[in-house]
Amino acid sequence: MKPTDIAAPDYFHKVVDCQWACPAHTPVPEYIRLIAGKRFADAYMVNWKSNVFPGVLGRTCDRPCEPACRRGRVEAEPVAICRLKRVAADNKGDVGGRMPAPAPRNGKRVAVIGAGPASLTVARDLLATGYHVTIFEQDPFAGGMIRTQIPRFRLPESVIDEEVGYILALEPELRLGKRVDSLKAVLDEGFDAVFVGCGAPRGRELDVPGRQEAAANIHIGIEWLASVSFGHTTSVGKRVIVLGGGNTAMDCCRSSRRLGGAEVTVVVRSGFEEMKASPWEKEDAMHEGIPIRNFLVPKEVLHDKGKLTGMRFTKVKPEFDAKGRRNLVPTGEADVDIPCDDVLVAIGQENSFPWIERDIGLEFDKWGMPVVDPKTMRSTNPKVFFGGDAAFGPKNIIWAVAHGHEAAVSIDRMCHGLDPAQRPAPGTSLVSQKMGIHEWSYDNDIAADKRHKVPQRDPEETLKDIRVEVELGYDDMLAYKEAERCLNCDVQTVFSAKLCIECDACVDICPMDCITFTADAPEDELRANLMAPAKNASQDIYVANGLKTGRIMAKDEDVCLHCGLCAERCPTGAWDMRKFLLEMTHAGHACRKG
Amino acid sequence: MTYIAKPKFRHPSLPTNALGFTRRDYEGTVSTLCAGCGHDSISAAIIQACFELSLPPHRIAKLSGIGCSSKTPTYFLGASHGFNSVHGRMPSVLTGANLANRELVYLGVSGDGDSASIGLGQFAHAIRRGVNMLYIVENNGVYGLTKGQFSATSDRGSKSKKGVVNTDEPIDLVGMALQLGATFVGRSFSGDKAQLVPLIKAGLLHGGAAFIDCISPCVAFNNHEGSTRSFDYVRAHNEAVNRLDVIPARAEITADYAPGETVDVRQHDGSVIRLKKVAADYDTSDRVGALTYLQRRQEAGEIVTGLLYLDEEPVDLHQSLKTAEKPLNALSDAELCPGAGELAKFNASLR
Ligand SMILES: Cc1cc2nc3c(=O)[nH]c(=O)nc-3n(C[C@H](O)[C@H](O)[C@H](O)COP(=O)(O)OP(=O)(O)OC[C@H]3O[C@@H](n4cnc5c(N)ncnc54)[C@H](O)[C@@H]3O)c2cc1C
Ligand SMILES: Cc1ncc(C[n+]2csc(CCOP(=O)(O)OP(=O)(O)O)c2C)c(N)n1
Ligand code: SF4
Ligand code: SF4
Ligand code: SF4
Ligand SMILES: [Mg+2]
Repeated sequence: MKPTDIAAPDYFHKVVDCQWACPAHTPVPEYIRLIAGKRFADAYMVNWKSNVFPGVLGRTCDRPCEPACRRGRVEAEPVAICRLKRVAADNKGDVGGRMPAPAPRNGKRVAVIGAGPASLTVARDLLATGYHVTIFEQDPFAGGMIRTQIPRFRLPESVIDEEVGYILALEPELRLGKRVDSLKAVLDEGFDAVFVGCGAPRGRELDVPGRQEAAANIHIGIEWLASVSFGHTTSVGKRVIVLGGGNTAMDCCRSSRRLGGAEVTVVVRSGFEEMKASPWEKEDAMHEGIPIRNFLVPKEVLHDKGKLTGMRFTKVKPEFDAKGRRNLVPTGEADVDIPCDDVLVAIGQENSFPWIERDIGLEFDKWGMPVVDPKTMRSTNPKVFFGGDAAFGPKNIIWAVAHGHEAAVSIDRMCHGLDPAQRPAPGTSLVSQKMGIHEWSYDNDIAADKRHKVPQRDPEETLKDIRVEVELGYDDMLAYKEAERCLNCDVQTVFSAKLCIECDACVDICPMDCITFTADAPEDELRANLMAPAKNASQDIYVANGLKTGRIMAKDEDVCLHCGLCAERCPTGAWDMRKFLLEMTHAGHACRKG
Repeated sequence: MTYIAKPKFRHPSLPTNALGFTRRDYEGTVSTLCAGCGHDSISAAIIQACFELSLPPHRIAKLSGIGCSSKTPTYFLGASHGFNSVHGRMPSVLTGANLANRELVYLGVSGDGDSASIGLGQFAHAIRRGVNMLYIVENNGVYGLTKGQFSATSDRGSKSKKGVVNTDEPIDLVGMALQLGATFVGRSFSGDKAQLVPLIKAGLLHGGAAFIDCISPCVAFNNHEGSTRSFDYVRAHNEAVNRLDVIPARAEITADYAPGETVDVRQHDGSVIRLKKVAADYDTSDRVGALTYLQRRQEAGEIVTGLLYLDEEPVDLHQSLKTAEKPLNALSDAELCPGAGELAKFNASLR
């Protein structure tokens, strides 16, 4: 096998599973250690730099990092990365002084359309490096769906105000409360670049008999949630059916429970497992006494002369065709009628760009989506960039932020006459953590604790008022214990063959059988013949040659605990534990090199 | 100094043996030996061997003397019986324990100082009596624990870390074991687990006095240029006469070697030691031949390793002494103390 090039930034980055999985590549273990050390403000700033909305994300992030977390492979459940982020945000104190000040202007003007997380990220990155940024937003305030969709019992308004506030403090030009009706008109204002972050604002319609007749009590989920957020809607019927199995459905049903819905039922076409909502969202909904009924397809809206009375569903079951595709076919059993007073339709979200002209050099594909380069976020009009839900359909906040960073880099490079297609390398460092014999600058003793639950308020209290936050967050002690579960995957095992005397000490001590000294072989063969078979092909084998016996050192990165015992037992220091810090290069000086 | 305990987490695909234990269940507490010490590798090999043999940990007794090597029983088989004797006295304590309870598996762990210096007499007598045990000497050529003085197995002419040349003739424990009638004799190297693990397994299964001289570099005091026990020196001079596999009793024996390449030796418990010959003319059943061969090769500067001698029909001390079948702790009061009448009869028989 080819010896590993540990200088390539991706190699060790991949070992930090959470950071690799995070769309914004937040240095997770770095901030978790800071939390364990009660350095909350420092932990917050590490986050703020990468993901812009730590307080918001610490409560709402879709957390792609957690399924990736190594802890899930070596124990059972991942570190509660997301909720630790919240701990940093809740306990940081005043960080105003650490925030960048408005930068001297560089003469370039950029428009961002929509004031959701994608646009706000572009704005932050560019404002801090001297751009004049104009924010266009149809609503009278900034925040996008963070503010209009996510219910207050999950995300208090004060958190949004604070974190949107840090960006507004950089003094963008605000054009709030007015919808953009023509992209051409914006371009005609002579901006150097335009970023489109208008989200995916249209909720999918329900198309069954009776829908029109009973329209008064049938609501599109995202419109209804926005109306609840704005305080226009303050009550709902006693019996509510929520259609759909995604996060909008979960927010609809839990909101209904707080606005007078006593019997709220979620009805989903698919099975429980295939629902789009995250497991914890389903759990929270069921915890609030909301049943989820699966394999029921809407057939008809039942009404009495236009007055909604209930819905009729066809019972279905999954069947797999020859290609292994799943189809839902009727079971032939009797239809199911569920009586109700209101129906909330949360069966999907769509993009729509009626305000973008089709003759301005901006191509759309056959699904009506703009053609966007996923690396640069650039459209086919060189001045127009997309990001967030507007780019590739509805995703989530952290993807919107990641797109925003990349678009800002592209815009910055373009405005400096550089090719946006050439991406800046991330900043990396690799530093030994050795402090003395068997002493490291990180806590290498592996905590055996199971994942700690986040304490919640009593449902008695939270179901009464939609503004009462359900989760209380970890207290100091729980936060510390949860932080200690982190395996410090960024503290890398670095091997130098010329120091190795092949005494086997590391092989013998390694609790996870990661290390093997063996004859070189092709990767497949090698993977099968290590101390423990390396079956997880998504994880690399670290190979080093140059040993005296002519063998190679092969380390399976898959389940390494980063406990440093190999380095502690090595008599010659051939193993060392070195912290790999990777920070993405954002818009600004650093991104203009090369 | 902070020593952390070895984390309890283990590889998700770690296999279990017939008893349902993983290899990790045969570990002891974390070693306090110097990082890189050869002795730790031998501990790992013992753990692996006991795991592979599916030995119930509570049916093993591990005994040792004094020295870094003699400390190691703390670092393996945490659930087994253990006895740390005074310097050089492990063989007699082991002999006593074995006489009291022949049902345990006896593992004696010692050092070259412990066995060839202060304990030489003890070593000799335990071997010549044929105590049923596996006796491992972790041989590093120095007194590691007392900071690296030459031991009695140090080669003449080898240099200490400070540059002093050893002028005394070495004691060859393998040669002595052969002469004293050990029925299983092997030599190995801590840095070669592929050879060491099966050798330990075979030794544990052997029904008489089994002895393994295991060269084990002392990284602190005897791993330098001029040492004949350093990793580099041993690797450069190691000549294996054979490789072996231990096939447990009742396992299907498949022959994937051409005839003549391997020799199968059936042990008393039904297990089979399969020897893959490396030195074509080496005969493990010839005690005198082995002695001669070893001395010739030693003259040529080689360190001969492998299974060097095996008596397929060992006679152990219990057989020689015709002791009671049952361990003492399983004999009833009546059996242990048959009464005044029996005593009178016995005394009369001696008059
Ligand atoms: C009910 C619900 C719950 C959700 N929960 C979560 C969650 O818990 N975690 C998570 O990560 N994600 C969640 N999401 C998804 C998340 O809100 C979005 O993915 C994210 O907000 C997208 O960010 P964005 O910047 O692309 O667009 P948006 O946040 O949608 O912002 C777009 C902004 O553009 C404005 N706009 C649109 N068109 C125009 C125009 N023509 N002129 C002027 N302004 C315009 C809109 O008013 C809006 O403010 C949820 C979504 C919904 C619907
Ligand atoms: C009766 C007695 N004499 C001397 C000592 C000092 N002493 C402790 S260990 C040791 C030598 C151990 O050498 P060895 O058996 O080779 O073990 P190693 O440390 O090399 O593994 C000596 C002489 C002692 N503990 N007890
Ligand atoms: S254990 Fe820590 S560093 Fe490793 S993947 Fe999980 S959160 Fe990230
Ligand atoms: S840090 Fe070293 S000893 Fe610990 S699990 Fe990883 S390879 Fe094994
Ligand atoms: S002194 Fe030598 S024998 Fe003792 S622990 Fe250290 S390396 Fe091993
Ligand atoms: Mg010694």
